[in-house]
Parts: sequence; structure tokens; C-alpha cells
Amino acid sequence: MDELRSHIISAIVMHRPGVLQRVAGLFTRRGFNIDSITVGPSEQEGLARMTIISTGDDKVLEQIIKQLNKIIEVIKVRDLNADGTVTRELCLIKTHATSERARSEIIQYANIFRGRIVDVGPENLTLEITGTPDKIDALIDLLKGFGIKEVARTGPTAISRGSKTI
Amino acid sequence: MKGSQAIIKSLTDEGVDVVFGYPGGVLLPLYDVIYDSDLKHILVRHEQCAAHAADGYARASGKVGVCIGTSGPGATNLVTGIATAYMDSAPIVALAGQVGTSMIGNDAFQEVDTIGITMPISKHSYQAMEPSEIPQMIRSSFYIARTGRPGPVVVDLPKDVQEGELDYPENITIDLPGYKPTKKGHPLQVKKASDLILNSKKPVILAGGGVIHSDSSEELKHISELIGAPVTTTLMGKSCFPEDHPLSLGMLGMHGRKVSNMIVDECDCLIAVGCRFSDRTTGDVTKFAPNAKIIHIDVDPAEIGKNVAVDLPIVGDAKIILSHLIRVISQSKSHKTHDWVDYVSSFRAKCMPRLSFEEMPLKPQQVIKEISEAVTDETIVTTDVGQNQMWMAHYFTSMNPRRFLSSGGLGTMGFGFPAAMGAKVAMPENDVVAVCGDGGFLMVCQDLATVKEYDIPVVVCVMDNRYLGMVFQWQKLFYEERISHTKLKAMPDFVKLAEAFGVNAYRVERPGDMKETLQDALKSGEPSLIDVMIDPNEILPMVPPGCGLTEIVGEYKVERENPDEIPYRPSAKETGGD
Ligand SMILES: Cc1ncc(C[n+]2csc(CCOP(=O)(O)OP(=O)(O)O)c2C)c(N)n1
Ligand SMILES: [Mg+2]
Repeated sequence: MDELRSHIISAIVMHRPGVLQRVAGLFTRRGFNIDSITVGPSEQEGLARMTIISTGDDKVLEQIIKQLNKIIEVIKVRDLNADGTVTRELCLIKTHATSERARSEIIQYANIFRGRIVDVGPENLTLEITGTPDKIDALIDLLKGFGIKEVARTGPTAISRGSKTI
Repeated sequence: MKGSQAIIKSLTDEGVDVVFGYPGGVLLPLYDVIYDSDLKHILVRHEQCAAHAADGYARASGKVGVCIGTSGPGATNLVTGIATAYMDSAPIVALAGQVGTSMIGNDAFQEVDTIGITMPISKHSYQAMEPSEIPQMIRSSFYIARTGRPGPVVVDLPKDVQEGELDYPENITIDLPGYKPTKKGHPLQVKKASDLILNSKKPVILAGGGVIHSDSSEELKHISELIGAPVTTTLMGKSCFPEDHPLSLGMLGMHGRKVSNMIVDECDCLIAVGCRFSDRTTGDVTKFAPNAKIIHIDVDPAEIGKNVAVDLPIVGDAKIILSHLIRVISQSKSHKTHDWVDYVSSFRAKCMPRLSFEEMPLKPQQVIKEISEAVTDETIVTTDVGQNQMWMAHYFTSMNPRRFLSSGGLGTMGFGFPAAMGAKVAMPENDVVAVCGDGGFLMVCQDLATVKEYDIPVVVCVMDNRYLGMVFQWQKLFYEERISHTKLKAMPDFVKLAEAFGVNAYRVERPGDMKETLQDALKSGEPSLIDVMIDPNEILPMVPPGCGLTEIVGEYKVERENPDEIPYRPSAKETGGD
């Protein structure tokens, strides 16, 4: 019961100004932890899907879901079970890459991780990678040796496996 | 028509007959329409009072109260009242002016982010960006404010939106796919609850403000008599159950009645209806109702399990669920709690709090006793916040729902008087008495001008102790009598203050005078103030913060040491056949 766990919360909300503020404000006001939050249009016009990653025990999770449901512009909320969920994050990484050797190594890593080089400069390479947050962490770790200049991550978004919808 | 006309039409269509407001630059278009509309507008003297008056109007009548403030400082002055209504689930709609849409975000003159500021203290809020949005927004605001768990809704109205043209639609549909409050309780949960109740030997009902909002006092009385369960209330629940009823225990909690605190500690089944287990009600939650299975009935699912672990939740409207429970329980065999009811009534008789004091300076208990004698069951009393509030909550006998109004959740000093004003406007046939502290009343005393101008005959009783009494009490009890800034050294002569506003005023100093003075003031049919000089050193019974409910500090003075009250026994019929 009191065990802290990471939860993936998926919410369908009205796509209107101020909704993100209401949701984010709720988390700060009630002291809920928020690891990441992503929003984008959903399959239905006028509705957006929000994916929130939060850490807390079961009681906190229950409160998060109930409190989210109280927001008038929140239409549906579900705690996605980690096993039955596809989770993906997009990340752009700009690294130092001056020597030929560094460049070819970085390109090889990118290939292994099914990433792509999306920008090349005389002193840098920018990689794009999509995957689970763990996979992205691993790639970032590997690239640290070359000198990372910038990382931009979207935060994870998620959808349940199979025909189930929220 | 113009946006401003649409606002007034929408309000009128919602059945609004009166609004409490204060104009300003961006509200000129709206006030220009109010100028020749039938809608009654009451010009308060501070926007906070507009919000509290709308709140008092709502609490007294069950209808949605409306307040209006201009952009910037007008809106921020409404904030305390909106937060007060939010904490106590009072249905109000707050209309705020806003700078023109093209100026928003530029730090224009008198611009504040009203929506942002009120987001955490309102049930919902809207900002109109087009005149055509107004009819639906206002319709939805009223719908949201009064349904489900009621609460305040804020509507932000930029000046150009008030001025723009729209076609007022014939039909307005409410489209709120994310808002569907549950009404009916789950039948299986109701069945389980009835089993729990029927298997209990010592049931107690804890009734909160939800009983009043859902208008279920009748059902509450019925079920308590049916199952032989004494009823205690939260501060917000006070008045939902007649406090002279043999099964009434009075208020529970930090300043609760001894009998309530002790009996909740002992009960084996606590049926909580429409309450949120606030820390002021429960004391230390780990010691709360330690022997009881807890059933929690509430319309707001988020309240279930929030503060107290619950054995059996039922989400829905209290009226519907209580009637359902009554039906199910009535079908089953008798439920005998006679021993428990006898035990509770003899215990109750032994700890009826002492009200009668002949000494001078006047004891607050004696004042409350005389107030109780001067009013009727239909009199609406409001309280301010502090000792005055807790004296009323503890000692005043309240009989009917919506007749005891108090700021419970936010504990807003300055609530009592403007709330009384709103209540009187809503219920002109009922007498209205505000019991205030001298500190709290001074925060809103400028609105004596409002009750004078509009002839709103409320009677304000200022419990004059020349102290911020409640904080003073805590300093005495818990801070080694270090009396830091709670003595009100320079205070006005309240009689002269009232007279300066043209309001009748009286002063009461001795036991026996309060009753008659209050009756005279009520009979006068004019707004009045009674300055009641009381003993500042009387300590309220209390449970220190962090303690369990049975750990009441100090002596609990009782009216009679050897009571001869006849134990109450619900009739065989009431208990479902014997
Ligand atoms: C607006 C506001 N400010 C401060 C407080 C904190 N507070 C709670 S009770 C109290 C004392 C109230 O004094 P008074 O109005 O004279 O009432 P009394 O307790 O003496 O009856 C104070 C300062 C509050 N509840 N509300
Ligand atoms: Mg005082």
C-alpha cells in the first residue's frame, strides 16, 4: 500500500486554453509529484490526450485520479498498467563530434539504437531517437564520453496495448 | 443584443433576482444595462462583502448567489469570499470584469489574471473571449455551481466582450462531457452498508454540510430513529438535525461537545454523511473512531479515503442514498440498539454543557443562552470566526437546516455580518442575527452603510471582548501566556460606530439583558447592532491540535451534576418492528 511506484496516467481532456494550467496547478497545490507531462491532440477533434508520469503510493495515485476527474475539462482518466502499455519518448541529442573517429562511433551508436542523425555541423552531430525512457537514458550515457552539448526530451507518451482504449 | 445585455438576460433566465456588486471602469457596459434592468443590485461597500453576501444568500436559500466585482482590485477583493465559498461548497457565481481582450497580458491598467488567481479556489471558471459565448457560459456556470458538490464558479468578462454584439440563442444546451456527478449510490454498496448497520450495536451518524446541500434532513432524522443511532454533526452540518432531539449529540471535533467526542470514540459503526473529515472534526486521525467501521456517503468521490480510511464508501447524493438505505433497512428484521441509546442519553444528560452564569462581566455562554431564548426555530443565525463562532457552535441549539451559517473550512473573519446581509435578502421573512467577534466585525463594518441604505434589517451582535479571543486562548494554553498582538487596545465604541452609519445600537453588559435587547432589535424591523460586553477570559472547551477527540483540556462545565433526564427510546415502530 505504501510502496512508491511510478505511474503512467493517461487523460482525455478538452483541448482548450488553460487546461494544462489546471492540471499542473492541481499537482502542485495538492503536493503530488509530477515527473513529466505531455499533451497533444487525440483521435477526436477538440480533445487532447495528456500523459502524466507521477510517483506515489496507491493512496496518492487514487487521489490524483479522483482529483483529475473533478476538473470539469477532464473527460476521462486512467492509470495505465505498465505491462500492458506501449510507452515512447522522443529525444534529440546534440553532441561534440570533431574527429572522424568520434563521428563514426556516434553514427554506429545511433544505428544500434535505431536512431538517426538529423543534423550535421563541423563540430557537432544531432541525433534523434525514439524509445522507452530507459533506452534513451542508455544512449545518453553512452554519448556522454563524446561531450553532450544539449538534450531535448519530450517526456514519455503512452497508449495501452491491444484493442483496449481508455 | 450586446454582451452586457446578454449577461443580464442570462442571469434573469437563471432566476436571479438580486446581485451584490461594486462597479468599476471595465464594468461600465454591464452597469449601464443594470441601470434600467429589473434585476435588483445591492451596492456593497467592499467586494469581499459582495462575495460573502452572495454566499450567505446561497446558504440560506439553497439558490445560487451572485456577486460582481471589477477587474484587478475588484476581483482580488472577491477572492477571500470565493475561497470561503469553495471550502464550504457554497454555490455562488462570481462575475469579474476584465480589461479588453486585446489588452490582456500587457499588464494593462487594473489587469490581473483572475482566472489564474481563482483556479485553486473555484469549482470552475470561464473567460469569455467572444460575446456569443456568454449565454452558454452563464448557463453552465449556474449548472456547475449548484449541482454535484456545489461550489463557486468564476466568470471573467472582458470589457469589449460586454460591448460586442451577439444573437442570443433560442435554446442553450449545456455541453459538459467531463462533468457527470453521480447521484444514485451503488445498490451493492447500499446493501453492504445496511448489513454493517444492522450488525452494529453502537451506531452513530456523523452528518456534514452535504446533508444540508442535498436537502436530506428528513431522511437523516428518519434513519437515525429507525436504527437508533445518535447524530453528531460537523460545524458545516450544524442545523441539519434538530439539536433538541433526544438523539442529537451536538457538534463533534476540536471544540465539539464532550458527549459527541466521547460517543464517537466508543461507537462501533460510524455513518458519515456528506462530510469530509476535516482535521477540526477528527482530531488526530489515527485516534479517530478507533472502534468503528466507517461508512462514508458523499457526492464527491475524491473525499472518500482522503483523510480517513473508510470501510464502506457510497458515492452519490445523500438524499437518494439515505432513502435507499431506509428502504433496505426497513425490510429487514428489527434492529435493537436500546441499550446503546439509553446509555448515550444518560451520558448526554450528564454532560450537557453549562449555559447559565449570573456573574459580571457577562459570560459568553449566558449570552448564547439568551440569544437561543430570543430567537425562533426559523431565525437564521450567522457567526463570524473565532471564539464567537465556537461558542455558537457549541452552545447554541440549532433546529432547522440553513438556519446556522458559518465559515467552516476557510475560517474567514469578516464572514458573519455580510453573510447575514445576504441571508436576509434571500429570506426576508426570517429574522437574521449575526454573532460576530469585535475583531472580525471591524474588518467588514463599512457595510453597515449597505444594510442602512437598502434597509436590510439584520441584527449584529458583537461579542466584545477586546481581544482576538481565539488566538488569545491558544496563546494562554499553548504559548505560556505570551500574549503577542491579540489584545485589541484601541477599539471603536461600537454603539457610536453603528450610530455614525445611522444604524440603531444597544449595549448589553449584564445577565438577563441580552434576550430582551435582541427581541427589541428584531421587533424594530431595522438594522441594528448590539455591543455585548463579555468576559475575555472564558476558555472554550477544546481538544489541542494533534490530540485525539477524547483529550479535552480543562474542566468541562456541566449544567447539572445530577440530571434526571428520561432516557430516550425509539418506539418499536421506528426501529422496524420489535
Ligand atoms: C481573515 C482572518 N485573519 C486571521 C484569522 C485568524 N484568527 C482566527 S480567530 C481570530 C480571532 C478573532 O477575533 P475576534 O473577531 O475578536 O473574535 P473572538 O475570537 O474574540 O470571538 C483570528 C485572528 C482568521 N481566521 N481570518
Ligand atoms: Mg474578540
